[in-house]
Amino acid sequence: MSSASLSLSRDDRPILIAALFILVILVAGTIYTFARFGSAPLLSPTYLLQQLQIGAFLGIVAAGMMMVILIAQIDLSVPWTLAAAAMMATSIGGPLAIPVGLGVGLLVGLINGIGVAYLRVPSMIFTLGVNAVMRGLMVAHTGGYAPQTAATDLMRMLAGDRTLGIPNALFVWAAVSVLVTIVLQRTALGRYVYAIGNKEAAAYLAGVDTRRITVICFVLCGVAAALAGVLLAGYSTKAYQGMGDAYLLPSIAAVVIGGTNILGGRGRYLGTLIGVVLIVLLNSVLSIMDMPEAGRQVIYGLVIIFMLLVYGRGERVTS
Amino acid sequence: MLDDVAIRIRQNIGIVTAVLLFSILYLLYNLAHPKGFSSAVLVQNGDEIFALAMLAMAQTVPVLASGLDLSVGAVMTMVGCFASYLLTGAVDGTPLHLDIFGLQLGLGTFPGGISGILLGIVVCLATGALAGFINGCIVVYGRIQPIIATLATGAVYIGIALFLRPTPGGKIDEDLNWAMTNSLGDFAATVHIFDDGAASWFAPVAWIPVPFVLLVLIALLVWVPFRRSVLGRAVYAVGSAEGAAYMSGLPIDRAKIAAFTLAGFFAGCGGLFLAIQTSSGNADIPQAGAYTLNSIASVVIGGTSLLGGTGSAIGSIFGAMVLRVISFFFRIFDIAPLLQPLFEGLILLAAVSIGALGVLRVKNTLELFR
Repeated sequence: MSSASLSLSRDDRPILIAALFILVILVAGTIYTFARFGSAPLLSPTYLLQQLQIGAFLGIVAAGMMMVILIAQIDLSVPWTLAAAAMMATSIGGPLAIPVGLGVGLLVGLINGIGVAYLRVPSMIFTLGVNAVMRGLMVAHTGGYAPQTAATDLMRMLAGDRTLGIPNALFVWAAVSVLVTIVLQRTALGRYVYAIGNKEAAAYLAGVDTRRITVICFVLCGVAAALAGVLLAGYSTKAYQGMGDAYLLPSIAAVVIGGTNILGGRGRYLGTLIGVVLIVLLNSVLSIMDMPEAGRQVIYGLVIIFMLLVYGRGERVTS
Repeated sequence: MLDDVAIRIRQNIGIVTAVLLFSILYLLYNLAHPKGFSSAVLVQNGDEIFALAMLAMAQTVPVLASGLDLSVGAVMTMVGCFASYLLTGAVDGTPLHLDIFGLQLGLGTFPGGISGILLGIVVCLATGALAGFINGCIVVYGRIQPIIATLATGAVYIGIALFLRPTPGGKIDEDLNWAMTNSLGDFAATVHIFDDGAASWFAPVAWIPVPFVLLVLIALLVWVPFRRSVLGRAVYAVGSAEGAAYMSGLPIDRAKIAAFTLAGFFAGCGGLFLAIQTSSGNADIPQAGAYTLNSIASVVIGGTSLLGGTGSAIGSIFGAMVLRVISFFFRIFDIAPLLQPLFEGLILLAAVSIGALGVLRVKNTLELFR
């Protein structure tokens, strides 16, 4: 591993520093709990697995978000794609629940992709509009109340149960992670993604169908959000209004803290993984400390700024 | 002469479209409204438009410098929470104290009465500008991408707002609320000028809503001078080609800081007005997020490119008004409240997609990848 060598590559440095920061959080949290309660829940595997189980939903959303950020776009439609997938899956029910849920994500991703790639509408604004439309459709569908439908057994099993003591959600997250890593590092698609993020015109001139790749990235992001929605509905046994709202900004933050350039073209999936773990652990330490929402928001913001000041600084414009 | 006009229209096609769209929509709205074309309707609309219009202006300035400010809604919320402490209008002032980590710190008494209110307004606007200044410094000296830097500072500002107002509350002086959210006539009557607003020369303008006057004043006294200053031009230059701006010796660092500071100031104006209008401070996170996103939508509808370099805050005001008028229509045409978010989203999508149809005429595909 390059972490052993003295000269770190530009992509490894953020990952290493973020990993160190995770250790700092764990140590600081443990000192706090030891001084106050005389116990160290943060170091118990059960507690950590439980936190990671909750983090799996964020991790899956962040994996999709990373595909889109790597091509220098952004997907703001994640919150209601997630909620819509969960609501459609629970209201269809039966064996078709999960395919229908994922289908919703695929469709939303396709619409996003076509709007951004072919109509050339800035993704910031197009996905915002799609998010509003999805919210409108779901509000009209549910009547604005919490839907009464329940998650299917398969959804509950995937999100809530454990196999060999390990939450199944972690297996799903691991599968998604392996898939994304392979796509980014071992396939032509992955090369194209980085190429488009660096300079779309150059990738186009090199013969890449950049618009098709853009659509594919948005579809992957939509499906990832839908998968997280289906799992989250399984975890909480039902879908509810606004269930995706808490996932948009943390997923972007996780990707960026992991060293992915928000302007695209640079970043490794391992970083995103570490970014998610960092955010999840930070949240759990803050909730152990009984930090009020105000303090959480402030610390959350300061941590992002601090991490980026350490390794996320851009280059000075000189020409 | 006619050619000049044609060229000017073509150069400002975005803002012209926004103005036309607003004019048509607002005319239809007033025709359909049972009390259309009356001062009462105008006042109500002005109150509903003002905060979003300010946030749209706020968003425009960093966007012109090709940086997005995701903290405008948070700054608005934070300033509103400050206002709910400083503008109570209590005669013998408001005692301020800080409770933090169990510590109780007395901060003295904030003056009351008219001078207290004026001071409070200045403090609130300065708070907004300071928040923007901090954003600018982080972007320029920290060299962090604006979109992610303001995402983080936005969380900090919302945190401060929550700290100030864990639950909605506070109070705004009633006279201030009445004076700012009604017509000029009511304003004059409240602050006792122009024979309480009864002066004969005053009658022809007494129907104009105060928020519209404020909007025009802020646009003319803050935006236009800034636009014409060296810094303002530098903001446009940074947005269209930062490297070229640097080589031309423009003060790009100062321009960026100024852009974010101005954004904070405008967002502060919006927050101040929202607090005055609702007579309370409320650290509402979803509301802050909605205002931020709507400010981006307003900027785009108002003809400012998200890539930076072209557009104007005036266009964004009209963009914000278009967005708001669309929601006014829901009330007129009795569209079920449940369907409103759907229509809002569809209209936004339709507007940006129609604007984007120009790509179908592009002959050289390479031009698409600017």
